[in-house]
Amino acid sequence: MATALDTEGINDQLRSGLASIERFGSRRARNLGLLALFLVLFSIYAVYDGGLRLYAQRLVDAMDNGFVYSAMALALVLIYKATGVINFAQGNMAMFGTFIAYVIIVEQGLPVAIGILVAMAISALAAAVIERLFIRPFDPSNHLALTIVTLSWFLILAALAGVIWAYDPKAFPTPFPGGKNDFFDLGGVRIRYESIGIWLTVLVVVALVTLLLKRTKIGLAFRSVSSNLESSRLVGIHIGRTLQFGWALAAAVGTLAGCLIARVTYLDPNFMGRVLVYSFAAATLGGLDSLGGAVIGGVLIGMAETMLSGYVGFIGSELALAGALVVIVVILLVKPSGLFGSTRVERV
Amino acid sequence: MSGSTALLEVAGLHASYGQAEVLHGIDFHVEPGEVVVILGANGAGKTTTLRAICQMCTTRGSIGFDGHQLGGRATTEVVRRGIAHVPQGRGTFPDLTVEENLEVGAYVRKDKEVASDLSRWFEVFPRLAERRHLSAGSLSGGEQQMLAVARALMGRPRLLLLDEPSLGLAPIIVQDLFRRLDAINAEQGVTMLVVEQNASVAFEVADRAYVLEAGRIALSGTADELRHDDAVRRAYLGY
Repeated sequence: MATALDTEGINDQLRSGLASIERFGSRRARNLGLLALFLVLFSIYAVYDGGLRLYAQRLVDAMDNGFVYSAMALALVLIYKATGVINFAQGNMAMFGTFIAYVIIVEQGLPVAIGILVAMAISALAAAVIERLFIRPFDPSNHLALTIVTLSWFLILAALAGVIWAYDPKAFPTPFPGGKNDFFDLGGVRIRYESIGIWLTVLVVVALVTLLLKRTKIGLAFRSVSSNLESSRLVGIHIGRTLQFGWALAAAVGTLAGCLIARVTYLDPNFMGRVLVYSFAAATLGGLDSLGGAVIGGVLIGMAETMLSGYVGFIGSELALAGALVVIVVILLVKPSGLFGSTRVERV
Repeated sequence: MSGSTALLEVAGLHASYGQAEVLHGIDFHVEPGEVVVILGANGAGKTTTLRAICQMCTTRGSIGFDGHQLGGRATTEVVRRGIAHVPQGRGTFPDLTVEENLEVGAYVRKDKEVASDLSRWFEVFPRLAERRHLSAGSLSGGEQQMLAVARALMGRPRLLLLDEPSLGLAPIIVQDLFRRLDAINAEQGVTMLVVEQNASVAFEVADRAYVLEAGRIALSGTADELRHDDAVRRAYLGY
């Protein structure tokens, strides 16, 4: 008798457990399943089309840009989560930061890694000043006004950089071994040390940002402001200073992304425009309010970019950018919360 | 009624949102250790009264808290002076865990006793302890209200403002909540200003009460006096 009752109890628990997994996980599981199915089908086609080795090589190459888009998308999502505003200036803030790194490294002759770190710090400081002077005076719920302000900064920074550094592309160094022979061979696939450096740097930065948000008091305040602005005010959080912290953090991450990709794209006042569009696509794909989603979205968009121009003959690199815009539109249309974003449900 | 002993002393308070004035000069006070209830129908200005104290709308008149004027200060500063506000509709942080909600409640504190307060409120609200690692958004309405109260208490406020804590909760949960509020007032000596429509439950914990009608104080007295007032009985107790 007792054992019969026990099994029933266990069954009940199992059933309720399964039901809750179904309720919370099924949608996401289905989406990810569809995505995985698509990736598998595409891989089969790609291997059939150009051979396994070419496909693997393109996969590896795609990750360089992908991780940079991840970092940039992370910066966008940080601001969006906290303010509900897409910071259009994020790309050109990163561009300006990369130019600062260029001045420190190429013109002043400091080591590359130090130049990048100093440029990140200067970017953070400058973003904090921009937030204080041009964002904080506005009502935080006036999203339109704030978006226009970020658009203005997008234009101002582009023009300013053009005046200071002119429009001819400049070569930018890499902090990692980037010579012709700095790679190792893995089953016929070249993996460059620079690639590994880029991947690891972005992953470390993502981990650091996550720790900062989860383990520190300012991080807790930042997540509170993202979650409920009014209640944040009512527990005594300084809203302005907290958002300023978000702006500074996002700017530092953005500048790092710029410095990691500038060697490939070359440096000019418009070089981050393209990256920004891919990063928007990445953030949208991942769900605009999910930090992890931004990172995965970035890698996926990087792959989509490389694969589209590699395997779909007529697309080439210019149309690949249009592909990113198609991704944005389709996701906003079909699943606005992206792969990992939250559809907000509040009980009243 | 002397101004020198009151913790909160409000006089001639006008409050408005833009052009619309909601409070037309009200006077009330809260003594240390008291539970004071402000009763009123929808639109009487109850929520605005609490928002006015926290400077979340435009105010005119005198709001004295512990000898300091609150008018014109930032909300953050009012909170830092020791006033905690549980807004209508809970006001928890849905994306944060229960435990993080409580930690944020202690945001303005600099002492070392936050952890011990945390375990104390988990003892008072065991349901919250069971759910400490779940996100606040996944709690039931009653649990969220408990969380909102506990979060406010984590700031060790000298005055707790509660905006219609009974709203949207089942009667049995409302009873439970007010019993806990009564106990917290008795045991911890937390002063409370509660605005409510649910007069019968509010009278059980209140020392004194005010009736707010269309932005003016219509009646005031001890809870016992008002409970037996014919007009209050008809309008708010429904018999």
